[in-house]
Amino acid sequence: MSILINENTRLIVQGITGHEGSFHAHQMLTYGTNIVAGVTPGKGGEWVLDGKVPVFDSVKTAVDVSGANTSVIFVPARFAADAIYEAIDANVELIVCITEGIPVKEMTQITQILKGSRSRLIGPNSPGIISPPYTKVGIIPSTITQPGSVGVVSRSGTLTYEVVYALKQAGIGTSTCVGIGGDAIVGSRFVDVLSHFEGDPQTDMVVMIGEIGGQDEEIAANFIGTNLSKPVIGFIAGQAAPPDKRMGHAGAIIESGVGTAEAKIAALKDAGVKVASYPEEIPGLIENLRAIH
Amino acid sequence: MRLHEYQSKEIFHQQHIPIPRGRLASTPEEAKLIAEEFNGPVVLKAQVLVGGRGKAGGIRLVKSPSEAHEVASKILGSRIKDIPVRRLLIEEAVNIQQEIYFGMTVDRKTGETIVIASAEGGVDIEEIARKTPEKIAKVGINPLLGLKGFQARILAAEIDLPRNLWRSFIEIAQNLYRAYTQLDATLAEINPLVITSSNRLVALDGKILLDENALFRHPEYLDKRDLSAETPEEIEARKFCLSYIKLSGNIGCLVNGAGLAMATMDIIQHKGGQAANFLDIGGGAGAEKVAAALRIILSDPQVETVLINIFGGITRCDEVARGIIKSMEDVDTKIPFVVRLVGTNEEEGKQILASANLETADTLQEAAEKAVALSMEVLVS
Repeated sequence: MSILINENTRLIVQGITGHEGSFHAHQMLTYGTNIVAGVTPGKGGEWVLDGKVPVFDSVKTAVDVSGANTSVIFVPARFAADAIYEAIDANVELIVCITEGIPVKEMTQITQILKGSRSRLIGPNSPGIISPPYTKVGIIPSTITQPGSVGVVSRSGTLTYEVVYALKQAGIGTSTCVGIGGDAIVGSRFVDVLSHFEGDPQTDMVVMIGEIGGQDEEIAANFIGTNLSKPVIGFIAGQAAPPDKRMGHAGAIIESGVGTAEAKIAALKDAGVKVASYPEEIPGLIENLRAIH
Repeated sequence: MRLHEYQSKEIFHQQHIPIPRGRLASTPEEAKLIAEEFNGPVVLKAQVLVGGRGKAGGIRLVKSPSEAHEVASKILGSRIKDIPVRRLLIEEAVNIQQEIYFGMTVDRKTGETIVIASAEGGVDIEEIARKTPEKIAKVGINPLLGLKGFQARILAAEIDLPRNLWRSFIEIAQNLYRAYTQLDATLAEINPLVITSSNRLVALDGKILLDENALFRHPEYLDKRDLSAETPEEIEARKFCLSYIKLSGNIGCLVNGAGLAMATMDIIQHKGGQAANFLDIGGGAGAEKVAAALRIILSDPQVETVLINIFGGITRCDEVARGIIKSMEDVDTKIPFVVRLVGTNEEEGKQILASANLETADTLQEAAEKAVALSMEVLVS
């Protein structure tokens, strides 16, 4: 098993004919993901990826024809909010938004609409999800992962790759790796993904990679302390970051003293989380935990 | 993007939020003329984008036009928290009965806008929140409904606002919320909102932050960005869509991805060094962009070592390597580089760099250790 995606995932790619969309659709298909359709308004009726995948004008039609339950969005920022709405409207169960740069106003509206919907949103500004060895939704490079029992959840992209790669180098595999996205408002937070890992029999341990900004890590620490039976290893990026400066990610900013790495690390340690000082320390911490359990 | 007080007040005025009469001055003569025109005590307010400008001497009450001239000549051209003062907002002085806080921002915990009021204004809301959290009233906004009248009334009642001001308060609240949504702001604040001695509500100071990701909808603000608080490197980086922040150390960093860029700074610190900058080249950067990023890093005189950490996904290591070679052709430098390339087209990247005789590393830890050691050597010599 794994969380959120598996062999029953029937994926549509929104923006499949674009530069990013077509490249990554090919990568996902090669990995083994079941891509059942693509959506590009105005290109309905075409076939892409060597004629294997039909393109539709709307998500609704794509879902009706293909029975898709998951969507991944590679639509430019100005149109990405509309793409998310369209997927929610078509009752897609899991929506993964890779796009970076969606305005906050749209995200407050999407947050509201999601509450009354049947959809779960991962992202935006997410690298996606990978469940080795067969399913990935998004852009996480498949070569850096191997199947295993460690769940990974992160607000970052390449930093996640760094960690997952370090795990693989140490012979440690991943059950599912989820990038929740680096924006200030995202569809799913650490707590949502952690509770999925708690219920997943394949996952016996979780690596949580946070960063400065907001208080999601503190909320997650509270959840870990009270609701999670599985051990957690943490890392918080931005220990050397100055306050009031946005460190690349829209959400990575220490505002008025809130969101510091120190506060997050302290909260995680209080909840019994082993916190690594740098990414490559994580495999060693996992091995230590395994030796104890 | 943060707006100046005078820009925020222009917006308040357009939205029928009462503000004191005021004008901008960029010379002491102009300050004097405006004071003469207002014919009474005026307040001179330095237009710089920093907090705490009042304490730093950037806000002064003067009683006469000649005093306005004298004080303006001292403030204009001086620096407040290292930012040069180029303009003053000259405003009619207001007799204050009470200072209130009123503002709105995005609550990251709930993903909704919250509107906040407090009977104690004039100080940072964070300070109020720390000292007297019970004095802060908040309501969450459904973006599909906006700020409703009853919600503004709840706030007014909770901060014990005199009832004869409720109507005016509700109007101000809803007008500010309209500006906040129309402009795609992430923060709009009137602090203080004052009750004057003639029992009116007036916005005495304002702060508005615009969402960088929504600026495409507000092109009129693109050329209003105040660059005086940014370093030349930061301004140059923006042109190439690079995310760059100047820091105080001596190890220049070039990394792909914001999280990894932060983690690279962290490990440098962990190994006893200090990063000279945060720099994220983004995903899929080509050789030209990498070369531009390196030029910017090398233009910082504090940089004594460069650490390049690339985890190739969308970004290809061979493109990065070409960018490194190109920058070495462009800039004649003796500064040592430590390069770590992993991921997409790693081998091709390494081959391109083989002839360049650079220090390389296989892991982030090794790269950080080497860079820190090199930066120390430079310090010793």
